[in-house]
Amino acid sequence: MSSIKMKAIAGLIMTLAVATAYARDDVGMVKNAKGDATIQRGEQKIAAKPGTGLLVSDRVITGVNGSVGIALHDGTLLSAGPNSTLILNKFAFNSTTNKGELDATLKRGTLAVVSGKLSKSSPDAVHYRTPTSILGVRGTEFLLEAGGN
Amino acid sequence: MKFTGNKFIGYLVLALIIALTGCASPDRIVLLPNADGSPSAVIVKTATGERVIDKPYEAVSVSQSGGISQDKETPDSVRARFGSALDAQPQRAVTYVLYYLNGKVEMTPESRAVVKKLKDDLKTRSAPEIIVIGHTDSVGSDEYNDELSLDRAKDVRNILIAAGIPDSLITISGRGKRDPAIKTADGVPEPKNRRVEISIR
Repeated sequence: MSSIKMKAIAGLIMTLAVATAYARDDVGMVKNAKGDATIQRGEQKIAAKPGTGLLVSDRVITGVNGSVGIALHDGTLLSAGPNSTLILNKFAFNSTTNKGELDATLKRGTLAVVSGKLSKSSPDAVHYRTPTSILGVRGTEFLLEAGGN
Repeated sequence: MKFTGNKFIGYLVLALIIALTGCASPDRIVLLPNADGSPSAVIVKTATGERVIDKPYEAVSVSQSGGISQDKETPDSVRARFGSALDAQPQRAVTYVLYYLNGKVEMTPESRAVVKKLKDDLKTRSAPEIIVIGHTDSVGSDEYNDELSLDRAKDVRNILIAAGIPDSLITISGRGKRDPAIKTADGVPEPKNRRVEISIR
């Protein structure tokens, strides 16, 4: 086998390994997005589109006309209105035991939350934050607005 | 830089105005009714206090210093303030169960009608993620049932792919006879256990 072929195969294997690793790290998925909606991942800016995977530490940012809807792996639904910044600080979910943790911050803007399995199985490990408050939830649907700018 | 007395007071007033108007809009938390009508609550903790809201449309405002004041919203006022966020809410997760004929990878006629409903539901969802878990009743060995349950899950995957769902959004597994819907002794035929559960998110 030529070394070029070998390199190509090695490259392909690495690409597959990375792709698999990313898929495994996903903790949620963008289900819908409107207007200006991006995910900031470290230095990277990714357009939020239906099917875009979400990782821990991602910042979801919407502009003046933007909105975005996300489903996390425990079934939690997060949807942000315009001019919003949402940070997923922590997320872990074991689909066998339904245990894990969720910690998210709404820095600004509006957010609608439909709690998923974690809020039933690990209620003390589910927290939402605004600049002024920390919220604990008990099997809940609620709305958040962060007024600070 | 050196401030004269008047200039200093001027800056102070300006800083105060910015603090009061620019950054001082409070945070707000509103409890909504649960879709299934079950009771729920949000516990709000701030630097200066704690408040529990546990009735639909109860709301609190939290000032920058952590002061909490409680009032009520209405469905209309919630729409006005949170309409865009609510409109962006993804569809709720749902689970379908399809039943199979004894020892076969063939659905019951009733379940074939459910497949139609499932496909219609999928058409309304954007980027649906689907988890397919096959099961059997307790007749036969673990090995036999592990294979049968996985084959049933694969059968559903084929149906989903034929309906246009990308393979990458489908996760399948077979649980054999380990997770019966109805607990039985070993070796008992039970139609309700010969099933595939399909969770859509």
